[in-house]
Amino acid sequence: MAMDKNMNVLIVDDYKTMLRIIRNLLKQLEFDNVEEATDGAEALAKLRAGNFGLVISDWNMEPMTGLDLLKEVRADIRLKHLPFIMITAESKTENVIAAKQAGVSNYIVKPFNAETLREKIEKVLVHA
Amino acid sequence: MHDMQMPQGHPDAIEQAVRQVLGSLAGDMTTTEATLLAELEALGREVQRAKTEIAALRVDDINASHIPRATDELDAVVEHTANATNEILDVCEGLEAMQSRVPAAESEKLAAAVTRIYEACSFQDITGQRISKVVSALKAIETRVAAVTARFSSGADSLPLPEETVPVTSVTEGRALANGPQLPASASSQQEIDKLLASFD
Repeated sequence: MAMDKNMNVLIVDDYKTMLRIIRNLLKQLEFDNVEEATDGAEALAKLRAGNFGLVISDWNMEPMTGLDLLKEVRADIRLKHLPFIMITAESKTENVIAAKQAGVSNYIVKPFNAETLREKIEKVLVHA
Repeated sequence: MHDMQMPQGHPDAIEQAVRQVLGSLAGDMTTTEATLLAELEALGREVQRAKTEIAALRVDDINASHIPRATDELDAVVEHTANATNEILDVCEGLEAMQSRVPAAESEKLAAAVTRIYEACSFQDITGQRISKVVSALKAIETRVAAVTARFSSGADSLPLPEETVPVTSVTEGRALANGPQLPASASSQQEIDKLLASFD
């Protein structure tokens, strides 16, 4: 199944530099419709207002964390099937388990490379 | 035996109490009482020595100067690395814009090099998070030093020890599990995480 690279992608991170890096890597993967949010609350508002095909979110943000955003997304009847990739420096087993139990589609640990990002996006979107 | 006020826990009060006991019981003691009082006197001297040593440490300087300066320096490190990273990203975006104007083989090499630079630039996020953890640790030390200083300062004999800070709002699971980057020895690799995720399927 081919990926729709025209879909809207929301990237969420409180480090502006990281947003810029992910946006550039997505551009290399030919995803050009990328929007940004700097915390979970802003992301949730954008997701509810827009039409997104993928969320790529950090975990450690104020005031709403990436895990809390994921739970909100899965609890929302309109968003609950939205592919959600966590990209985070939180690499403890308990974090991965909590994210999986909350319904994360895939999990990337920082620092990551472009190939890992491509592979996870492909896996998530093909199985969506 | 003369009336004696009970010590309130402050070193000065303890010392005063020891002197009162010694003064009131002198010449009217058993051997055991004399030993006990000698020990109390030694304790008083020990407390006085500790006070002198703490004063010599100039702990006030730690909160007034050292910790604020250290946190400012760390903030400056984050700011400078962020600025440098953004400059590197500016240059990379410029190189990407040139890709279409160079031969295909070179364009591919250029794209690969730029990708590697993007990947490497994520160091700024990781170091920023690590520095935030250090700043939090410094602030915790600052709070404890302030508590010790208040305890040993004059007139503070009845001050209670500050209680540990308890968050007023409830902590979500996401916040409770947000610990920042692990040290390399204890961090899970992408492969280990993939394996863990696969175990759920």
